[in-house]
Amino acid sequence: MGSEFFWRSDNVDNDLLAELAVVFAKLSLMAVGGINPLLPEMHRLVVETYHWMDDAQFTTLFAITQGAPGPNVLVVAAIGWQVAGIPGAIVSLSAICLPSALLAGGVATLRDRVAEAEWARNIQEGLVPVTVGLVAASSLLLARGASQTSASAIASYLLAATALLLTIRYNPNPLWLLAAGAILGLTGVV
Amino acid sequence: MKVSPPTIGQLFLGFLQIGITGFGGVLPIARRALVERRRWLSEEAFSQDLAIAQLLPGPNIVNLSVAIGLRFAGIPGAIASFTAILAMPLVILLSLLAIYANSSDVPQITAALHGIAAVAAGLVGAMAWRMAQPLIEGDAMRWIPKLSLVMTSVLGITVLRWHLLPTLLIFGGLGIFLAFRQRG
Repeated sequence: MGSEFFWRSDNVDNDLLAELAVVFAKLSLMAVGGINPLLPEMHRLVVETYHWMDDAQFTTLFAITQGAPGPNVLVVAAIGWQVAGIPGAIVSLSAICLPSALLAGGVATLRDRVAEAEWARNIQEGLVPVTVGLVAASSLLLARGASQTSASAIASYLLAATALLLTIRYNPNPLWLLAAGAILGLTGVV
Repeated sequence: MKVSPPTIGQLFLGFLQIGITGFGGVLPIARRALVERRRWLSEEAFSQDLAIAQLLPGPNIVNLSVAIGLRFAGIPGAIASFTAILAMPLVILLSLLAIYANSSDVPQITAALHGIAAVAAGLVGAMAWRMAQPLIEGDAMRWIPKLSLVMTSVLGITVLRWHLLPTLLIFGGLGIFLAFRQRG
C-alpha cells in the first residue's frame, strides 16, 4: 500500500473534500430511518450527478462494507475513500454523522418531554411507509448493480432473491449468506 | 437493576466493543450489551434513547451512542461514545479497502465480490420486509393506505426517479398525516 491507496486518484484536492463534506452533510439531516434509505439518493449523486464512480463500483463498495463489522453508515466512508482516499473517507463519514449527532444530542437533553410523547410516536410511525419504500428501492438498485458485473445476470438476481427469502424465513447470520455468495462468485456461478 | 454509571473511559471501551461485534447493523447488539450485559441502563431508559435516535435523522446507532454518552458523562461522554462506535469499524474497513485496491488484477476477488454484492442486495430487501411487518397489522382500513404509500414511494424512487427531499416531504408527510388520523 502506497500513496496510491492513500490518495485513490491523483487529482485529490481540498475542493473535492469540500464537495464530499457538503454532499454528505446535507444527506445527514435527510437520513430518516437510518442510512440504508439514503442509498438511492447517494447512488444518484455519486454516480449520475458527480460521476465519481459507476454503478458497479458503487455496488462493490456496498458489498465490501457488508462484509465488514460495524454500523451501516460505513458505506459512506467507503464511497469517500473511492473518491478521495483516506482523507475522503474521514471527511465523508464525519459529514454524514456530525449534523445529525448534534441534533440528537440537543434533543436528548429534552428526552423526557420527547421520548414518550404521542406526537413523536405518530411522526415516527408515519415515516415508516416511506422508509420501507426507500429501503426496498435500495435493494432493487443494488440487485441491478450486482447483476451488471456478474457472469450471469439471471443467476445474480436469483441469488439476491434466495438470500432475501432465506433471511425472511430462517434469519441466519448474514455472514453465512455472504460467504456462500463469495463461493458462488468464485466458482463462476454468478 | 443498574450498576454504577459508566465513566468516560468505560463508555469509550464499551462502544468500541459494540462497534466491532455487529455485522449488517449494530442496533440489536447494542441493546444486549448495554442493558443486559453491562447494565448501564434500564430497559425503559434504553428504549427512551432508542426512540430519540430513531425519530431523528442520521445513523441510528451513532445517534444512540451520543444520547447515551450524554446521559452519563455530558458532552465529553458523547464525544467518547461517538468516536468509539466509529473508530474500529473504520480502521477495519480501510484495511479491507486497501486489500481490494491492491487486488484489482486478482480475478478471484472480483468474482467473489459479485456473489457478495448479490447477497447484500437480498439482505437489504429482507430488511425492507422486516420493517414493513408492523404496517400490515390491524384491519384493512388501516394497512391498505400504508401499503399503498410504500408501493407508490418505491415507484416514485425507482421508475420516476424522484429525489430524496420531495420523496420525504410528500410520502413522509402523507404517512404522518395518516398516523395522526388513525390514532387521533
